[in-house]
Amino acid sequence: MSSVSELYQSVILDHNKAPRNYGRLEGEAARHAKGHNPLCGDEVTVWLELEGDVVKDVRFEGQGCAISRASASLMTVAVKGKTIAEVERLFADFHGLVTGEKSEATEALPARLQVFANVAQFPVRVKCASLAWHTMKKALDDTTAAASTVNGER
Amino acid sequence: MKNSVGETTLAKGADAETSVQPPHVLTRSRLDVRDQFPIFAIHPNLVYLDSAATSQKPQRVIDRLARFYAGENANIHRGVYALSAEATATYDSARAAVARFIGAALPDEVIFTRGTTESINLVAQSWGRSVVKPGDEIVVTEMEHHSNWVPWQMLADSTGAVLRMAPVTEAGELDMSAMARLVTPRTRLVAVTHLSNVLGTINPVRRITDLAHAAGALVLVDGAQSVAHGAVDVRDLGCDFFAFSGHKLFGPTGIGVLYGREALLEEMPPWQGGGGMIGTVALDGITWAEVPMKFEAGTPAVADAVALAEAIAFVESVGAEAIVTHEAELLSLATERLSAIPGVRLIGTAAHRASVISFTLEGVHPHDLGTVLDEAGIAIRAGHHCAQPLMRRFGLAATARASFSVYNTPDDVEALGRGIERARALFS
Repeated sequence: MSSVSELYQSVILDHNKAPRNYGRLEGEAARHAKGHNPLCGDEVTVWLELEGDVVKDVRFEGQGCAISRASASLMTVAVKGKTIAEVERLFADFHGLVTGEKSEATEALPARLQVFANVAQFPVRVKCASLAWHTMKKALDDTTAAASTVNGER
Repeated sequence: MKNSVGETTLAKGADAETSVQPPHVLTRSRLDVRDQFPIFAIHPNLVYLDSAATSQKPQRVIDRLARFYAGENANIHRGVYALSAEATATYDSARAAVARFIGAALPDEVIFTRGTTESINLVAQSWGRSVVKPGDEIVVTEMEHHSNWVPWQMLADSTGAVLRMAPVTEAGELDMSAMARLVTPRTRLVAVTHLSNVLGTINPVRRITDLAHAAGALVLVDGAQSVAHGAVDVRDLGCDFFAFSGHKLFGPTGIGVLYGREALLEEMPPWQGGGGMIGTVALDGITWAEVPMKFEAGTPAVADAVALAEAIAFVESVGAEAIVTHEAELLSLATERLSAIPGVRLIGTAAHRASVISFTLEGVHPHDLGTVLDEAGIAIRAGHHCAQPLMRRFGLAATARASFSVYNTPDDVEALGRGIERARALFS
């Protein structure tokens, strides 16, 4: 198997073609943040709706490569219904996975996130895989984030 | 005979395609300089299609750098010893070689800089800040690289001048009637690229300089892309400033050129202060060195300038006409090969074009395409190419770009075609 087909696993190709939770969240409770990779021009906006400390709903919109699109899509699937603490742990472990810092925690990530392990072999693509996660974290951290505010991330 | 980077010559080259073999017949292109580039011996599978970002270096340029450092190295200008005097003479002869290469009237019209970006910033800060006043206008084009846009926007912001933009047509050509309307007596300068780094479009610079000069404005030409693709003559172009980089012209990084008309350079204040650019220094006043030293504060990139002159000697040994013919053939082959792939959209189809092709592939992001191609050893560029206004014009966030140079072959075109087809299959 070539390294490119290891990078572009079928799960990634599938989520690139048909991203889940694509779109916006309207309404008072929704918060969002914008992420941007100035090097390649990729853009993503992540919407979150919390109920207590649980992610009740999450959506994303944006344009970017297959890695960034699939990563955003799979992230929404992974964090929906999780507590903030669980989401933050997932992010930390996912970051370890795509930067090649293997640990018990990265091994324990759900299989649908494990498909990004090979990104570590493509250093220029690490940002693609982590952009949506950084943006989601930004939306989580900004307690004042209302639907009308835009938070840029560089 | 010089074959200039002009509308007529390149168009002629592109049209004279009747003798070209069909793309499936893989032959070595008739220009045979590839063996002079050691990178292809060290990386036998490399298909290098990113010369618009930086060119590869012929052995003689690499050797020249090493030879200078090994046996000729000394600081220039102030040394009373022979080695310094010889280094100074070598540096001066590099300046003369550049002047000859671009058709400058005098060697002193050539200022060595770090590259195109620094050359343009020099003009924006020295000429711009001393001449441009509130309400004055600077005209750029929609196809400018950020390096010929941002310095002018910064200048406009700091002086109260207004930045105007000449639009680009759907074919990727400059809208010359809009340009004619934009250039008015308020215009101080038109900043235009000679050859678009995204579209490959060759702009009608002579028409622009005539237009601008009639309105009393100056013209700065960004020649970063054009110098490597056929002879440039700054006096034929009629421009006031011309900027380019050594590293896109088979020379080293960190060396570039600003050409300026002598009378303009004489009047411009120094840009950076330091050693080498002064006449006398005293507490009650400073006098400046003569042009070009006035603009070369500090120890310049002596070895790089000398190696740039070697790169120019390489270009002259190949010949501008041979380069134009070779690249027009590759452009024609690539246009034909890529157009035949379903889902490929070529961005920029100007009548007068050099060997730079931007394209998108339906359903495949340019970065993913770049990664798939890389596995086959094919190096292309993917992204906004430091030309975001142009990307916006075409409603794109990114394109893939293949650029061809003297060392590329029809085999490289075929490799690119197959790589794109593979990516298309992978993402289908």
